[in-house]
Amino acid sequence: MERTWHKPLPAADLLIRGGRVVDPLCGVDAAQDVLVKRGKIAETGKGLAAPKGAREVDADGMLVLPGFVDLHTHLRVPGREHEEDVASGTLAAAAGGYVKVFSMANTDPVIDTAVVLRGLVGTARAEAVVPAGFYAAVTRGLKGERLTEMAELAEAGAVAFSDDGRPLATAALVRRALQYARITGRTVAIHAQDDSLFKGGQMHEGPASARLGLGGIPSLCESLDVARALEVAAYEEAPLHVHHVSCSATLEHLRRAKAAGLKVTVEATPHHLTMTDEAVSSLDSNLKMNPPLREEADRQALVEALQSGLVDCVATDHAPHAPMSKDVPFEEAAFGTTGLETAFAVLYTDLVKKGALDLGTLVTRMSQAPAAIAGVEPPAIRPGAVADLCVVDPRATWTVTGDGFKSRSSNSAFVGRQLSGRVRLTLAAGRLAWEADA
Amino acid sequence: MPKRDLISIEDLSRQQVELLLDTAESFLPVLQRDIKKVPTLRGRTIVNLFWEVSTRTSTSFDLAAKRLSADTVALKASGSAVEKGETLKDTAITLSAYGPDIIVMRHPSAGACQVLSRNTEASVINAGDGKHQHPTQCLLDLFALRQTFGRDMDGLKVAIVGDILHSRVARSDIMGFKLLGMDVTLVGPPTLIPRGIEEMGVKVEYDLARLRDVDVIYLLRIQRERIEEGADLLPSLREYNRLWGMSQARLRPGQRVMHPGPIDRGVEIAPDVADDDENLIALQVSSGIAVRMAVLYRTIVGYSDAGSEEVL
Repeated sequence: MERTWHKPLPAADLLIRGGRVVDPLCGVDAAQDVLVKRGKIAETGKGLAAPKGAREVDADGMLVLPGFVDLHTHLRVPGREHEEDVASGTLAAAAGGYVKVFSMANTDPVIDTAVVLRGLVGTARAEAVVPAGFYAAVTRGLKGERLTEMAELAEAGAVAFSDDGRPLATAALVRRALQYARITGRTVAIHAQDDSLFKGGQMHEGPASARLGLGGIPSLCESLDVARALEVAAYEEAPLHVHHVSCSATLEHLRRAKAAGLKVTVEATPHHLTMTDEAVSSLDSNLKMNPPLREEADRQALVEALQSGLVDCVATDHAPHAPMSKDVPFEEAAFGTTGLETAFAVLYTDLVKKGALDLGTLVTRMSQAPAAIAGVEPPAIRPGAVADLCVVDPRATWTVTGDGFKSRSSNSAFVGRQLSGRVRLTLAAGRLAWEADA
Repeated sequence: MPKRDLISIEDLSRQQVELLLDTAESFLPVLQRDIKKVPTLRGRTIVNLFWEVSTRTSTSFDLAAKRLSADTVALKASGSAVEKGETLKDTAITLSAYGPDIIVMRHPSAGACQVLSRNTEASVINAGDGKHQHPTQCLLDLFALRQTFGRDMDGLKVAIVGDILHSRVARSDIMGFKLLGMDVTLVGPPTLIPRGIEEMGVKVEYDLARLRDVDVIYLLRIQRERIEEGADLLPSLREYNRLWGMSQARLRPGQRVMHPGPIDRGVEIAPDVADDDENLIALQVSSGIAVRMAVLYRTIVGYSDAGSEEVL
């Protein structure tokens, strides 16, 4: 069953010479040439010869990695094409080394009927530079009341169900969603948030919010809702995916649930893994996101959980916003940061280079683990596999600037940061999706 | 003229605060003359941009600018382009076309001054932004304290009582009071004291009876909307008054009361305290003009001491 779609680009013929292939799934971390023929990996090894007509890419000193898979992208289609669309969002993904992205249903109209979803599949077939898939909503209009026609949405290709941006506000709704989704073979994902504790929230509740006078979003707001959903999932023996976890209290609940054998999967974002609420002192509205940047202890717990696998994967929560939503006072700004183009470099710079996370684990969490959660073939650099890979120059340093994005929006929390690691080339579904200027 | 924003008390060093207070003091004689005006800022343009209602702050900024002979323009949110949907950014660009030296702004949202500052060459002075900061209120409070207790306020004990959670005055005052070495205690209902505020270097108490040894009690207004239907922060004004309302009976002789206004008689302050000559409330208001003159002046000429002789 297809879960992603892309435009018909020509299949690549390419020899990637001399890079360090790091593919934890295949147990490889070695200098190897990678030969791609007609979009598939034909051969790996040393001293491969380029067949006639095939391009050679000099990857000396570079990393050759299984391409990344993002379980949490907002392509903003339909309805907010001025912020992002399938073409711009998937190009941004390609520029970040992604080979598959899954877009959220909080669009206008909401992706809550098969008709809307089929329209998006058509758009992806016409525009997507890297394969794009789509979540469908759990409830009609994200209103938290009636369930969507989940069976038909699954047949139309929904990867999973999520009301992302809105919580499933009652235990009964969580329960009904988990029960009914069972017939679809798809997972329900939650944006955990107890609305009664969220009210008026602008940033993480703690010393920084007290000092800044901004409404606090307590970590309890997330952990309490996760705890409830886990209880329901355990009772129903149903799988559950938890979006963008941000705090250590939530991780404790997840640890116990996983230990008890629950089928729960977890994502965390690059910004929660690398930044804290102290940064919000600048009142830069690009640092306003939901869930909010938490405290240093939460951040460290997230990094440890990413290393250990308690957090299964990195997901960007790439949330493009127009300047009208962000170039306004912090308290009036929309929640969200973009992330596709900076995710690897941010995590490589702040975690791998500093010794907090090893490279192989980062690759697993960005590529193969999220692919498995989505139920798609995990990218792998081995003969016979479709070429889903990226070539990254780990020595390249670059400064994130507002005008340097392929995304249609520039509301990045990382603007101004100097990062190491630049994606030079991305092959997605065997197609050349991205190549940086030399 | 270089840009010198004053958005938060954190923008100032202790030396700069003390220089501002000295400067304010040097303006006091001007305010006692028959002709209360000096030519210091003649030819300068100061815009007062108030997106929230304000009586004393807007009046005192306006008077301060006029006492210094600056040209002033006042804009209020109602009746202006704001009501027609213009964004702050566009208002900033439009106003900047008139070449103001300073824009004084009050705005309901934290972060508004940063947006304004990004879009104007003028120096931005924050006259209150959301629940974030109100730096000139803090400076005038410090000035009133200095007039009362003398220049050395190190170790002075101050308690701030009331709705800390929603108060930009409390946040600015905590920073300013700590900067000058004072000892600060916060008192109020637990629902109105933000989690983590202790990390600003303050003590938190819930009981007025524990304030016997403080020198100054700084009362904050309880905003009535906090107890309206749907709000869950306070059971009633009656209960607030019973536990935290300040009356003469609860004051130790010698304790001085401050309040940023407007006061709500019978809620946070009993009439016998409000009408007592010992309180510093009127002194705070009168300090406002001299302090805001000092802020406007220093924003234009800078914080180096040179040039302060030409003030008068």
